[in-house]
Amino acid sequence: MSRIGKVIPELFKSLTSAPATVDFPKSAVPVPPDYRGKPVLIQEKCTGCGLCQRDCPAAAIEMVDVGAKRPKPAFDYGRCAFCAQCAESCRSDAIVITGEHHLAAFSREALRAAPRPEKKEEEPQEPAAEQE
Amino acid sequence: MMAKYTLPVGPQHPALKEPESFWFKVEGEVIVDVDIRLGYNHRGIEKACESRNYIQCLYLIERICGICSHSHTTAFAQCVEEIAGLEIPARAKYIRVIVGELERLHSHLLWLGVAGHEIGFDTLFMYSWRDREAVLDLLELITGNRVNYAINTIGGVRRDIDGPKREQILSQLDLLADRAKFYADLVTTDSTCLARLENVAKFSAEQARAFGTVGPTARASGIDLDVRRDDPYAAYGEMPFKVIISDRGDLLGRAIVRLEEIGESIKILKYALQNLPDGPLTVKAPRKVPAGEAVSRYEAPRGEDIHYVRADGSDHPERVKVRAPTMANIYAIGESMKGSYVADIPIIIASIDPCFSCTDRMIKIVRQESGEARTMTWEELRQYGIRWYQQ
Ligand code: SF4
Ligand code: SF4
Repeated sequence: MSRIGKVIPELFKSLTSAPATVDFPKSAVPVPPDYRGKPVLIQEKCTGCGLCQRDCPAAAIEMVDVGAKRPKPAFDYGRCAFCAQCAESCRSDAIVITGEHHLAAFSREALRAAPRPEKKEEEPQEPAAEQE
Repeated sequence: MMAKYTLPVGPQHPALKEPESFWFKVEGEVIVDVDIRLGYNHRGIEKACESRNYIQCLYLIERICGICSHSHTTAFAQCVEEIAGLEIPARAKYIRVIVGELERLHSHLLWLGVAGHEIGFDTLFMYSWRDREAVLDLLELITGNRVNYAINTIGGVRRDIDGPKREQILSQLDLLADRAKFYADLVTTDSTCLARLENVAKFSAEQARAFGTVGPTARASGIDLDVRRDDPYAAYGEMPFKVIISDRGDLLGRAIVRLEEIGESIKILKYALQNLPDGPLTVKAPRKVPAGEAVSRYEAPRGEDIHYVRADGSDHPERVKVRAPTMANIYAIGESMKGSYVADIPIIIASIDPCFSCTDRMIKIVRQESGEARTMTWEELRQYGIRWYQQ
């Protein structure tokens, strides 16, 4: 019965094989195409219905006044759990999940993304879906 | 006669949502009695669920445990689906099985690494964690995240496994099967592993049954118990696999059971991927779940996970109760420790695979007669154990 023999060939193999880690930040581990990274709002599509905020498990979405009839979502990536539920709950496809995941910042403020101000005439086409 | 000591381990010992504090009575190096106290790091997840809607609950439930996150969401979703009377599509059932088995693979490889680390065999830790990366990459490919996969939703799954993804997973499985076989050989022949695992913390089948152990901990004591076969959920009724049992009852038995289970999981994965039925991924789930209650069982990597949900007709649950597998196993380790050495504490605690999400734990040794106290961190205790065995 081998005693420590089992692991020795493995050790030699590892001596010659490439490292399992990468030299971050010079190179990064690639992520698959549909990786769940930072959710981003496409404001033109957003109707301001608030469904995304209702389902966000991390309270990372706040509906803020942009001067239009309905408020639009502002994201706090410091709270976001990157679950992509907001994109799924949105019926207007106004939230896209990007693969962006290097999100470190120096302040909490830098992790917030507010919708840009809008003029009043940009009215939503769809009525709000409140409760079912 | 040697002085009697009380050796408190913890309570900074978060494992799952039941961090524990162990008070060992030791005579010299031998543990004579163990007192386990639970409830130090209560997170209030069950209560928090009551103020969230079912969709939000899923993500909260997922965070009960970072390692068996899919187990918890599946068990929860099954409860809600049962109350709402939903039958999820066959394809969704298969995808739940696939993610569940990949989760088992990564969890068992993770356990092997932790066990290797606790006995001072860090080479094993590095190799098994390197191989675990392959599984995590597959999970990332399917679900979009390495941990907390969030593949489940009420009424099905959120993402599909298409042709190229299926090929990519299948191409990795043979490699993983080879590695699992290699580790099983390693653990049963290597002198370090044998010295630290063989005949340590023996636990007979009667004891295992009396203490209500579940999962690999029970199966390593010869108890033939596996929810996947005994009460099939998702698509497990159609999966070909065998329940791995060992009658050794010691730490080596628990390692063997876990490593051989990897092979069975790979069999299930191959079958499920090759026979993935066509069809939709979800059925439409109501936001407001009708009043009712349900219990569901799930074989998590650590054992049987039980969820209970009571709905009151609104869009949030009225009551959620979770019994995670470590809760069932924790008293067993207390009992099986009697007669073992202080140096074995880390590996025995690790042997039931409590979710080791923590960094450092404090251990305080109090000399009973004089009240003299000494504090050891988990790392010191681990080092102590390794040195003690080197003597
Ligand atoms: S990804 Fe999840 S946590 Fe983040 S904003 Fe969307 S719903 Fe909220
Ligand atoms: S769910 Fe979509 S449309 Fe509604 S507020 Fe959110 S982003 Fe806008």
